[in-house]
Amino acid sequence: MPITQKNPQTHPSSDKRFRMLAATMKRYQYASDALIEVLHQAQELFGYLEEDLLLYIAHGLKLPPSRVYGVATFYHFFSLKQKGAHTCVVCMGTACYVKGAANLLTTLEQQYQVQAGDTTSNNQLSLVTARCLGACGIAPAVVVDGNVEGHQTAESVIHRVEECLHHGS
Amino acid sequence: MDLKELKAIATREHQKQDKTCIRCCTVGGCLSANGLAVKENLEEAINEAGLGGKVDVSGVGCMGLCSKGPLVRVDPTGTLYDRVTPDNAWGIVASLPKQMDRQSSPRIMPSQYQPNNHPFFTRQLKIVLENSGKIDPERIEEYIAADGYQGLYRVLREMNPESVIETISRSGLRGRGGGGYPTGLKWETVAKAQSDRKFIICNADEGDPGAFMDRSVLESDPHRILEGMAIAAYAVGASQGYIYVRGEYPVAINHLQKAIRQAKRLGLLGSQIFESPFDFKIELRIGAGAFVCGEETALMASIEGKRGIPHPRPPYPAESGLWGYPTLINNVETFANVPTIIRKGSDWFSQIGTEKSKGTKVFSLAGKVCNTGLIEVPMGTTLQQIVQEMGDGVPDGGQAKAVQTGGPSGGCIPTKMFDTPVDYESLSKLGSIMGSGGAIVMDETTNMVDVARFFMEFCMDESCGKCIPCRAGTVQLYQLLTKIREGKSSLADLEKLEALCDMVKQTSLCGLGRSAPNPVISTLHHFRGEYLALIPNHHSV
Ligand SMILES: Cc1cc2nc3c(=O)[nH]c(=O)nc-3n(C[C@H](O)[C@H](O)[C@H](O)COP(=O)(O)O)c2cc1C
Ligand code: FES
Repeated sequence: MPITQKNPQTHPSSDKRFRMLAATMKRYQYASDALIEVLHQAQELFGYLEEDLLLYIAHGLKLPPSRVYGVATFYHFFSLKQKGAHTCVVCMGTACYVKGAANLLTTLEQQYQVQAGDTTSNNQLSLVTARCLGACGIAPAVVVDGNVEGHQTAESVIHRVEECLHHGS
Repeated sequence: MDLKELKAIATREHQKQDKTCIRCCTVGGCLSANGLAVKENLEEAINEAGLGGKVDVSGVGCMGLCSKGPLVRVDPTGTLYDRVTPDNAWGIVASLPKQMDRQSSPRIMPSQYQPNNHPFFTRQLKIVLENSGKIDPERIEEYIAADGYQGLYRVLREMNPESVIETISRSGLRGRGGGGYPTGLKWETVAKAQSDRKFIICNADEGDPGAFMDRSVLESDPHRILEGMAIAAYAVGASQGYIYVRGEYPVAINHLQKAIRQAKRLGLLGSQIFESPFDFKIELRIGAGAFVCGEETALMASIEGKRGIPHPRPPYPAESGLWGYPTLINNVETFANVPTIIRKGSDWFSQIGTEKSKGTKVFSLAGKVCNTGLIEVPMGTTLQQIVQEMGDGVPDGGQAKAVQTGGPSGGCIPTKMFDTPVDYESLSKLGSIMGSGGAIVMDETTNMVDVARFFMEFCMDESCGKCIPCRAGTVQLYQLLTKIREGKSSLADLEKLEALCDMVKQTSLCGLGRSAPNPVISTLHHFRGEYLALIPNHHSV
């Protein structure tokens, strides 16, 4: 069944996540100003925003695809690429920067042969930078798989990432 | 809900509070440092000691001294423990006043930073943070027991909108989001606007990369913001509010959602609040990581589900804001001051601070300083007092070189000017701004050209691209700074840098571009020698 304006709820695949996304759109009464909330939900469900998914949302909210794409690419929070199995976010805010965050980042880049913003070729680790996590009191801070870690050194951050890569936590 | 019921909740809560209570910080930095495990172990240790029911363990918001977390405080004595590990729990319980003679576990030493003896605490005056670290932010009852929602009651039942605005105007409160615009005047403009719908927005986008005051207030005392917004809504005649909060702050979002639910349940949000004709609803909007969305017109575009692109003012949001309706937008800390001003009066508030900057300011003290964390000081406190006395100076005997305030829109203030009192005017005179309250200490190892380049890179990344001076100018400035940093520049480049700064400042559309050159201008002014030292064949430093 094609996705049309009449049946934005249905999606050809039987993927449950589409139904949850449709429920979110319905909760906002398909209002176009709910676009950012819907994108948040979509990214939470799917991990990243595939083109197909953006089209689905555009149909649901009756918005031109260009508008949805424009918004999704404007905000840093939304990712159009698949992420690795694990993520390490290095804060590059001012407090962390003066406490040596740049050094943490280069260490990680060299150790895992990956540039900030990219994912390793084996899809295991995404290395990301952020602008202040609001944890400046314990700078320099990183987030490894959702857990904020403060007072980091080159050794401690590698140790933490290794733990995640090998034990999945 | 009426005043009697409100007071009954407070009384019930006060009776509980007579007990000994162990309060653990479970937000912000302490949460990251395993604060939750500390709390769980303390609960277990209390039960093992047979003290269950006699001693309470509760999770509270930020106590301020984030670098020494996790923090635990035993009340009513107020004894503070720092860097507590989950294993320390039994030691803390063994040190409770009545446990002293029962040698179960070895006791542990309280922190050397006690709230009653270290300047980090004694120099503070808490209005915005009065409940932070004291109450459980996830329980509305504790906020009510701390006189919460009484200001809203007084406003709705005893004051008309004009007198609320009059009180805020007379208090001298100015916007804490950076600009320092008089809050009462802003409210008055929105109140006067003719429209059947009006909106009110709390700006919790906290974009300055090195500031976490707003995060802390939202996590530690969310009801204060709801009450402040409700009072403002009554004053200007709005019935719908939005809180635009950064997506990077999951705990703040969670606490706000809980707070809104609880306030609705008790009838403190919703229709006919305190049995008056006033209705007020609050919705959350989660940001998606764009610095420019802290700018008010961009923020409103983002709430409307669009790209966060600013538009030229006028029209100001007070005339034509969200969906074209008159809109009041204030910062988190601005709203946080409101309930206390209403409760204690404008005269009380205007005694605090300096002639033109009233009240207190919350700073997030970070960078190369021993005690990092959150402090709230009266306006007019000097940087010397903040950095050297409260912050205990630079670690490992280093020397402070400058303090950066105002983030990417601000500047660096050199040590020799540390006796400057902190207020809006004094900081602008030094080429910086008060900003939202980030205060980052830099020491001798920090190169000021690097700092300028760091902020320019930030502005270049965050420019929304709508106007050319900002979009192209920040790129040019960044490249020039890189060239200087790499030692490939000449004196002519320095002149070009200055001319370009001036151009971007004068011609950009919004505050982002207009203030982006500030870090360069201020470092050029105060640390010109560091630029010259990087220019080859230049010896007249
Ligand atoms: C680029 C830019 C970023 C801003 N970021 C914030 C911010 O993060 N938080 C904030 O409260 N105000 C920010 N502002 C200021 C807002 O536009 C607005 O003036 C403020 O929210 C008004 O509230 P106040 O009067 O209570 O200070 C920013 C302004 C600009 C130009
Ligand atoms: S600068 Fe890194 S957490 Fe704020």
